[in-house]
Amino acid sequence: MDVLEFSLLIWLGSFLAGFLGALTGLGGGVVIIPLLTLGFGIDIRYAIGASLVSVIATSSASAAAYVKKGFANLRVGMFLEIATTIGAIAGASLAVRVSTTTIAVIFGLVLLYSAYQSVFPSRESSSPEKPDPLASRLRMDGSYPSFTGQQNYHVRSIPAGFSIMFIAGTLSGLLGIGSGALKVIAMDQVMRIPFKVSTTTSNFMIGVTAAASAGVYLNRGYVDPGLSMPVMLGVLIGSFLGTHVLVISKTRLLRIVFGVVIFVLAIEMLYNGLTGRL
Amino acid sequence: MRKLTDEEVHQIIGNILRIAVIVAAVIVFIGGILYLIQNGSNSPEYHVFKGEPKSLRTISGILKELLVLDGVGIIQIGLLLLIATPVVRVIFSVFAFALQRDSIYVVVTLIVLTVLIYSISGGHI
Repeated sequence: MDVLEFSLLIWLGSFLAGFLGALTGLGGGVVIIPLLTLGFGIDIRYAIGASLVSVIATSSASAAAYVKKGFANLRVGMFLEIATTIGAIAGASLAVRVSTTTIAVIFGLVLLYSAYQSVFPSRESSSPEKPDPLASRLRMDGSYPSFTGQQNYHVRSIPAGFSIMFIAGTLSGLLGIGSGALKVIAMDQVMRIPFKVSTTTSNFMIGVTAAASAGVYLNRGYVDPGLSMPVMLGVLIGSFLGTHVLVISKTRLLRIVFGVVIFVLAIEMLYNGLTGRL
Repeated sequence: MRKLTDEEVHQIIGNILRIAVIVAAVIVFIGGILYLIQNGSNSPEYHVFKGEPKSLRTISGILKELLVLDGVGIIQIGLLLLIATPVVRVIFSVFAFALQRDSIYVVVTLIVLTVLIYSISGGHI
């Protein structure tokens, strides 16, 4: 196989990963890294560098759409980005020190969780009745458009949410994924922010988090142009199509199929990691 | 002049970002075509991690590649632009919060900006 065929195959795989990632709302990162490492035998650090670049591309390209609908809470997002960016640098610095085996095993565990999340999405939590003093001071309470007009909501448990965001940032830097699922859990389940607001704010935050870790990867020489080129172009075009198809398709069955695929990838990743083949 | 709302400011930022991503993707695509013409028949080597040469790791190194018009260098310039797009968003947010005289969030945003610049500059400030 020469570079031309290799690049075309990677582009096609990345296109599919971006398309499915957008359709299911899980992001392309969780599929792209197993694809590159297990499918093409690429060193996991090169794969992470290429994945981070494509995570930034999809996040920045869709920023306008998320803000337009009036869901994203920009204050909550910016405040929590302090935790995710510092976490991302910590994770990226960790990635260049630990063995690829360790990264593969952690990745496998995160994949297992993603598979579960894909088949059993978390339930929407109810918004707290009373305002939280810290949230009021930070002016985080907001409102979002619903069927019955503007719906007000309160935010709570900021320290706990902030801590989980640090972990989400670390995983993003260590594994090269957006870790959107964990961000949504921190906001929706812990800080009790409405689900719609949580997912859009999470999308808004992913690019900034990934940029913090991409800087470290770039400086360490883990962002390879020949590999990142087809990955980034593939994921970007795939997720663009995925976002625009999402409106009309039934996603329940798709999420189950996707969950099964990720489950198989998780087992493969853990097996290869534990036997030291990656 | 009418004061811009949160949503309007971020809508403008969102559009700027979208254009930046398109420009970056076009640069990467052009560099990619050149790269494939120059290296298309070689065999790919990604099984063993070697790391990129110095000229493709730092901002100054990548900008020097501009002069050579080498496929790999052009791709890396596009990727660098892409990595910079979230930084642009954060810089604009500093101004947006400053216009609203929201000093707490000016500080919050400046902290995020410092962390980002620290990372992209290679951890040397």
